[in-house]
Parts: sequence; C-alpha cells; structure tokens
Amino acid sequence: MGYREPGRVAYVNARLLDPASGLDTRGALLTEGERIVSLASTPFPDGLAADIQVIDCQGACLAPGLIDMRVQLREPGHEHMESMRTAGLAAVAGGVTSMVCLPNTDPPLDDEATLEFVARRARLNGLAKVYCYGACTLGLQGEALAELGIMAEAGAVAFTDGVKAIASAKVMRRVLAYAATFDLLVMQHPEEPSLAGGVMNAGELATRMGLSGIPREAEIILLERDMRLVAMTGGRYHAAHISTSESVEIIRRAKEQGLRVTCDTAPFYFALNEQEVREYRTFAKLSPPLRHETDRQAIVAGLRDGVIDAIASDHSPQDQDTKRQTFHAAAFGAVGLETLLAVSLGLYHTEGLPLLDVLARVTSAPAALLGLEAGRLRAGAKADLVVFDPDRPWQVVASAFLSKSKNTPFDGRPVQGRVLRTVIDGRTVFTPDD
Amino acid sequence: MTPSPITAYRHRHLLGIEGRLPHEIEALLDHAESYVGNTRLSDRTDSVLHGGTVINLFFENSTRTRTSFEVAAKRLGADVINMQVATSSVAKGETLIDTAVTLNAMHPDVLVVRHPESGAAALLAQKVNCAVINAGDGAHEHPTQALLDALTIRRHKGHLGGLTVAICGDVMHSRVARSNIHLLTIMGARVRVVGPRPLIPSGIASLGVEVFHDMREGVRDADIVMMLRLQNERMSGNFLPSVREYFRYFGLDRDKLALARPDALIMHPGPMNRGVEIDSDVADDVPRSVIREQVEMGVAVRMAALEILCATLRREQQETP
Repeated sequence: MGYREPGRVAYVNARLLDPASGLDTRGALLTEGERIVSLASTPFPDGLAADIQVIDCQGACLAPGLIDMRVQLREPGHEHMESMRTAGLAAVAGGVTSMVCLPNTDPPLDDEATLEFVARRARLNGLAKVYCYGACTLGLQGEALAELGIMAEAGAVAFTDGVKAIASAKVMRRVLAYAATFDLLVMQHPEEPSLAGGVMNAGELATRMGLSGIPREAEIILLERDMRLVAMTGGRYHAAHISTSESVEIIRRAKEQGLRVTCDTAPFYFALNEQEVREYRTFAKLSPPLRHETDRQAIVAGLRDGVIDAIASDHSPQDQDTKRQTFHAAAFGAVGLETLLAVSLGLYHTEGLPLLDVLARVTSAPAALLGLEAGRLRAGAKADLVVFDPDRPWQVVASAFLSKSKNTPFDGRPVQGRVLRTVIDGRTVFTPDD
Repeated sequence: MTPSPITAYRHRHLLGIEGRLPHEIEALLDHAESYVGNTRLSDRTDSVLHGGTVINLFFENSTRTRTSFEVAAKRLGADVINMQVATSSVAKGETLIDTAVTLNAMHPDVLVVRHPESGAAALLAQKVNCAVINAGDGAHEHPTQALLDALTIRRHKGHLGGLTVAICGDVMHSRVARSNIHLLTIMGARVRVVGPRPLIPSGIASLGVEVFHDMREGVRDADIVMMLRLQNERMSGNFLPSVREYFRYFGLDRDKLALARPDALIMHPGPMNRGVEIDSDVADDVPRSVIREQVEMGVAVRMAALEILCATLRREQQETP
C-alpha cells in the first residue's frame, strides 16, 4: 500500500483533552493532511463539507498521541527480540505515536551514520515516529566522549549511555559540561554499578530467597553525586526511571535549588513492588529492581505533586531464552509499549491523580523535555492523536502482544483504559480488532 | 489414631523448609528416626523403593551430599543414576531446563538437584512430573541438611523447642543457615546468627532471629553452636581481610566455646576448614562435637524423604486413573 496524503478528517463527538493547556471539553477536531486545523466545542455549525471524512468518537477521549521517552528497539543487532516494525506495531496499539529509543543497539548509536540508519529504517515503516538518543560515550563504554554536537545535528534529541550508568565522576563531569556547551540534555541511568551487582531489591525478601540484592543506595548515591556535578557544570540532567523514595526527595531538592534537573519513572515502579519476584518470577526482574511498597507509594506521591515529570514505558524486549532461566541468570527488563497507557491510567482510577495530569506525563511533558514537536492538541500541530476509553476494562494477555517479545510482569492484570484509534500525521494507523 | 509419618507430609516436592508446618517436620524427623537403626545393620537393604529410579542431578561439585543421597536411595532398593553436569558460565538456566525435560522423559521417581543458583530446584520442579528434592540451591535452601541437623539435635537434647542455637559465620552465602533458621524457628527454638557485618544479610532479623556481631556474646549460654563453612569461592569480592583475622574474631576455639553451656553441642555441615572457622581441637571434641553423627543422620533423613515423596507420588498415580 503506497503512501497517500490524508485529506480532511473530522473527529466528532469527542472529549478533547490537551494536558498542556488544561483543555477538557466535549467537541470536535478537524485535521487536514498531516496537521490539526481546528478544535471546536460546538462542532462545525455550518455543517461539514462533503469531502470531509467523519469519525464519530462516540464520547471517547481524544488526546495527543503518547510519547514514550524510553524504548529499547533492539534493531539493529537483536532483531530476534524486537524490530522497528514490531515495536512500531506495539507502539500504535498502545496509543504511542512517538518513541525515543536508547542507543544500546548493536552497533550502538554513537555516531551520525547509525543515527541516520535508524531514522531511515523507521520512516519506511510508517508507524510510530522514532526519535533517538545518542550515546554520551563511544561504544557506551563510559570513557571517551562521543560526538554530541554532530549527533545532535543528525537528530539525536538527547544523550545517554542507555541502561548503563556513566559511573566515573570524571567522565560524567565532562559529559555534562560538554553537553551544556550546546545546551544538550543528558539522561542518566542512575545506579552506582559497584553496588548494583545483585539481581533484585536488597532486603528481607532477597535474604529469604537467597538472591543477591541491589540496595536502594545504589540509586541514591549516584543521584546525589550527579546533583553535585550538575551544580558544578550547569548541565541539563534527566534521571531515568527513578525507583526509591529518596530519589524523589533528591530531585525535589535539586529543582528547588534551581538546577536544571528532571526525571521520569516507569509504570512498574508505581504499579508494582518487589513482591512480584516471589516464586523467582524472572518477568519481574527489572533494572532498577522493583522496590519496597513504601517506595512505590513515594513514586506515586512524586507523580501526584509533580516532582516526577514524565512516565516512560522502559520497553525492554527479551526473548524466551534470556528469561526462561534461573532468576540469577535471566536478563533484566520488560516490554511496556502496549501497557503504558492502561497501567498509567491506574494512577487516575486508583491513586486519585487527575486524568489530565496523568496524560501530561506521557504527552506534553516528555515532548517539552526533549524539544519534540508533539504532545499538543492545537491548531497547526502535527495530527498525532489517540482516541481512548479511559474506563473500558480489559485484561493484559502477554501472548496477544504485537511486540515480538512477551516479557511482561503485567500478564493477566486487569486494567482500565482501551485505545480505540491511533492517528499519526493525520492517518489512522491502528484500530483494535474487537 | 495418629497419622502415619508417611502421609503427614503432603507435598509433591521437598524444595525448602520455609512455610512448612511443625507436624510436617516432625513427621519427616520421626520417619528418619526409624531408619537410624537400619543404617547401622549389616544387612540393611530395604525394598520399599524397589524398581524406583532416583537421579542425582548435580550442577555443582559435591561429594558428601551426593554420596549421602546415593547411599540412602540404594538402601531403599532404588536404582540410582548420578549426573554431574558441568556448568559453563553461559546459559546455565538453558542447560537446566533442557536437562530437566530430557530427564523427565525417562520417568524417574525422584530428582535430587544441586545447583549454584537460588530458585533452580523450584524452576526444575515446574518442568517435571516426578518428585524433586532440593539438595542445595544457591544461597536459598538446603532442606535435608536442616532436617539432619534437627534430627541430630533432637537425639541429644530430646526436643528442639526452647533451645538456644547460635548459627555462626558466613550467613550471607549460606543455604544451610537459611534452612536451619526456618526449621528451628518453626519448631520453637531461639535462633541467633553470629558473624561480621559484611556476612550478615540485610533483613535477616525479620526471619525471627537475633543478630550478634560479637561471637562471644553470640555463643554465650547457647545449647548448640552451629558453625558454617566460610565459602571463599562464593565471594564476589573481598568480604574479609584475612583468614587469621577471621579466625581470631569468629573462629570457634576453646576460649569462645567456654562461654556456651557446658553441654553445648558443636555442629558443622562440612566440609570443615580447620583453622578458619573452627579449631581442630574443638572439631574433634567427642562427645560435644557431633559433626560425624550429622553425616550419619544425613543418610537416615534422606531415606525418609525419598520414601515419603515416593509414597505421595504413588498415591497420586493411583488416585488419577
């Protein structure tokens, strides 16, 4: 099927939600080509022209498409776990219209050529838009600076060593200072590696199970160190997937001091706790590890009061061979694209966060952080949209995932919030079968 | 009528002590007790497991435990196959599951599994139809060791409840410590763990034990002093500065032992590092050292466990036509 310029489409009878402006109203939205033309609370009093395609949303929510700022694509290098096409299919099924992928591919995204390869491959799929982080250091080795400036020109939206922390204080200082020269954002995996040799959260449960623990201090210590380096260098810093109560407090203090610091968390850390790993469930083996219930509650509180800026799925596809192992030997990580919206809506349904606040964490907030032209519902913006019913219940069935890998700790979980339509650049790219 | 020990333990497998009930442990110990006399006879081959197959599947070097299970199974008349699987650093789990599926197709009655990683026996138990006995998984559990320790204590002290037991040394890496903590607390003993801070895992007090970092305080008035092997090969870094410093502060010698009750028993799961965690003089102090008796009780406990699990399996097979 060749590419066809979409015409004019009217989404009528919708609940329009734009987290950035606080808009929450009944109405309609008109797109023309790839862009939003207008929003109206009283839809089209003059009637609709004959050439306009009308989509009746039947009262469902119409919001900016989700931006997932932490996705591992696995292509190039590990296409048996995920490919750009399967990740793209999973993304649009989850209402995700833009995903930002980590540089831990093989080869890693540490120069402009590999960045351009990924960009070209992603365009061919025509599914969710793919943005990339560039590596901070060559080969993600945490030693020599990569060409941040040239990679930024080639489209890298920010810089990170992915699932590896930049452990050396000397290197981190240089990365932050150099990135600040061009006002580039540095995203850290905040975990002190020398304390992170374990396989689950340290504490009573790890002791009972005879598993080596990763103490909360691994995250806390690196964040505290990094805050000093940010203050020293004036860099822009983003802490990925924070998981402990102290992490929330460190980021809160840094923001109060006026440091240019932001953070995100993943649904695992506000929806689950370490009890998930009982029975040696390797699908709940994550990095950072699932923490204690008190940490989970602190993450929810951090989302409620705004210290945590964004939610990212931390999509980490792993195949059967790397997960069907003893807990010690199994790989870290879980897929998340297809459960990002529904699990995040749990914050609205059970934790009392306003619906717009939850949506902001997966739309306008990551867009603002990364400088993406996305995440807004306004005239002139790209028509990247999601239509969803926030209340419709369903059950997560891992085997039904479109992602090539099915490793999720949410398998069997009852959730609320169903994606009904995903639109990218004005074209519908997903509607559910049922 | 009191239920037979054979039917009191109702689980398919013996994967650990945590979560077991006092009467289940009593049943295993009572049945093991009945085999103690048998193991001392010259003609001691029983035939309760005649025609049965026991596979010893060891992913970790072990002469003592494997031999103990082998002797136990043979004395019950079972056929025993020993499989020593070399573990390379790659794909241990893959080897484990593949091996489990392969062995399961040969329809053994019991798989006895030793593996260097916690949870391995439980993972394997999910993949097979036979009974699985955990002969040690990582730092998690070693249930037959705890049972044989309990049987040894019970034969000397008459009971387990109310005794003060000091478990000393490398608790962090010890599955023997964990299984003993569970068993002894379930049976009402007071359990202390004693060791330098880097070898005491976080949250251990939640298992119902008192924690001591001073060995003299830890063994004071103890009924049982249970030493753990200092497993150097398990350590990822340098937990301790030197053997001589460890022995000075945490090795069991006459001096420290003098603080325990005069009739205190000295135990060790073996193999001992003489001069590291225990002084030779103390280790060989018959009758207070019951280390050799522990080995003897090991055979009786494993005979009991094998028979009980096989009986459960056969009952299940009869009930499901």
